[in-house]
Amino acid sequence: MIVFGYRLPGMSSLIVWGLLWELVGRLKLTFFVPPLSEVVATLYTVIGTAAFQKALAETAYAFLAGVGFAIIIGIPVGILMGKNRLLDELLLPWVNVFLSAPLTALVPVLMVLFGFGMKAIIITTTLFGIWIIILNSRAGVKQINRSLVEMAHSFGASPVDAFFKIYFWAALPEILGGVRIGIIRAVKGVIIGQLLISIVGFGALFELYSANFLMGHFWAVLIVLFALAFTISEFLAYLERRVSYYAAKR
Amino acid sequence: MVMSQTKAAFGQAEPADYESAVSARNISKNYGAVEALRDLSLEFPRGQLTSLLGPSGCGKTTLLKIIAGLLQPSAGEVEVNGHTVTGPGPDRAFVFQDFALLPWATVMRNVAFGLEMRGVAKSEREGIAAKYIAEVGLSGFEHSYPHELSGGMRQRVGLARALSVDAQVLLMDEPFSAVDEQTRRKFQEDLLALVQHENKTFIFVTHSIEEAVYVSDQIAILLPRPSRVSEIIRPSSFRSKGVDNIRRDPEYLDIVDQIWASLRSYVE
Repeated sequence: MIVFGYRLPGMSSLIVWGLLWELVGRLKLTFFVPPLSEVVATLYTVIGTAAFQKALAETAYAFLAGVGFAIIIGIPVGILMGKNRLLDELLLPWVNVFLSAPLTALVPVLMVLFGFGMKAIIITTTLFGIWIIILNSRAGVKQINRSLVEMAHSFGASPVDAFFKIYFWAALPEILGGVRIGIIRAVKGVIIGQLLISIVGFGALFELYSANFLMGHFWAVLIVLFALAFTISEFLAYLERRVSYYAAKR
Repeated sequence: MVMSQTKAAFGQAEPADYESAVSARNISKNYGAVEALRDLSLEFPRGQLTSLLGPSGCGKTTLLKIIAGLLQPSAGEVEVNGHTVTGPGPDRAFVFQDFALLPWATVMRNVAFGLEMRGVAKSEREGIAAKYIAEVGLSGFEHSYPHELSGGMRQRVGLARALSVDAQVLLMDEPFSAVDEQTRRKFQEDLLALVQHENKTFIFVTHSIEEAVYVSDQIAILLPRPSRVSEIIRPSSFRSKGVDNIRRDPEYLDIVDQIWASLRSYVE
């Protein structure tokens, strides 16, 4: 963006919103919004505490495991659905149902099935992320140029070669798009899991801070979480740009 | 006088004093109720270029893909060098109408892809690929990506890929239809040289009458619904007169007219 002839760096609009936040906080309109400067100061003290680091480790573990399963299962299932008509007919209705279903309502069922521990949280995270990954991988394979498949076949490619050297790469731009959205959904999944299943990790911190009206702490942890999610999403967007040179020309 | 020359050319289709590299025998292909090919038989002489020519929808690409082993015939069989075709094999290489290049791979990797699928080691296949990249005139573009090349250059990559696996039979599916007219003419001249220098059998699908007559040793005219071979034409005299003289040779012009006369009624 260019203002008065100066090119502003990316996301400089955040400064405006930060100032507004500070202003609202200073006016003491509501206890719910402390000034941003106070939140940032709290942030520094909170990050150093053992409670925060434990929460971060627990959340990171659940998140990475959940996202890992979503990717490792989601991509091959999506690709196979795109290749195999029978499998597609069999699974597509379920994928669509789960994609649009309010998964939070399922969490109590998961608690019954998998107990009140880390396992249930990881599965919740996976369930939040996996469906869009499957659907996007499938879409990526569906749009693949038929003659690329014929070409590989005519040069004697084995099914394994075709999978890893043709289908995966041809669908990669869509797959990365799906993974990015899936990961954003998984952030929701891991927090909802931590709040509903067992009060651990950031879920426990949110619970603790909001119950004790420690709004500065509450916002500080939220900012950390938003920043982490945003960073991961931006990293995947960067990966997507890396393959965009062929995405439009397949 | 001119007509008699044409007759002489047509007459030569009969005697079989050449060896077949590829034989299609009684091929039928049905798509559900639609009969694409019916009882089609055709011989492809070794070391020569045979064109499959016909109006659109006449099944020429279907026949080519059956020979490639990419499609299974409903009845009949294809033999390549005495072996019945059951699927794709190293004795045949395919050049695609839309080039079918891997958009995420460099020219080098694309050209070497056929060898890669055959398990040739990386350094060896890149050596072979480099030779054919140079042969098709793309030296210096080894590390370019397909989207950085023009249509004509992309098809040269497709051709180099097919040549690098050193198959005896080259199957070309309207290879020049997606490139511009001037590039196409250059390709046709290069193809004549290629047929002459490489001891390979070429099967060439085209919908252009002039192109078929220009490049072919033998032209099979297919008529549609269901497809069968209606005529086989073997031009005799102008091939040796040099690329610059073919298009004004009387026999060339006669054959073009003759083919148009027989195809005219099938064009809507």
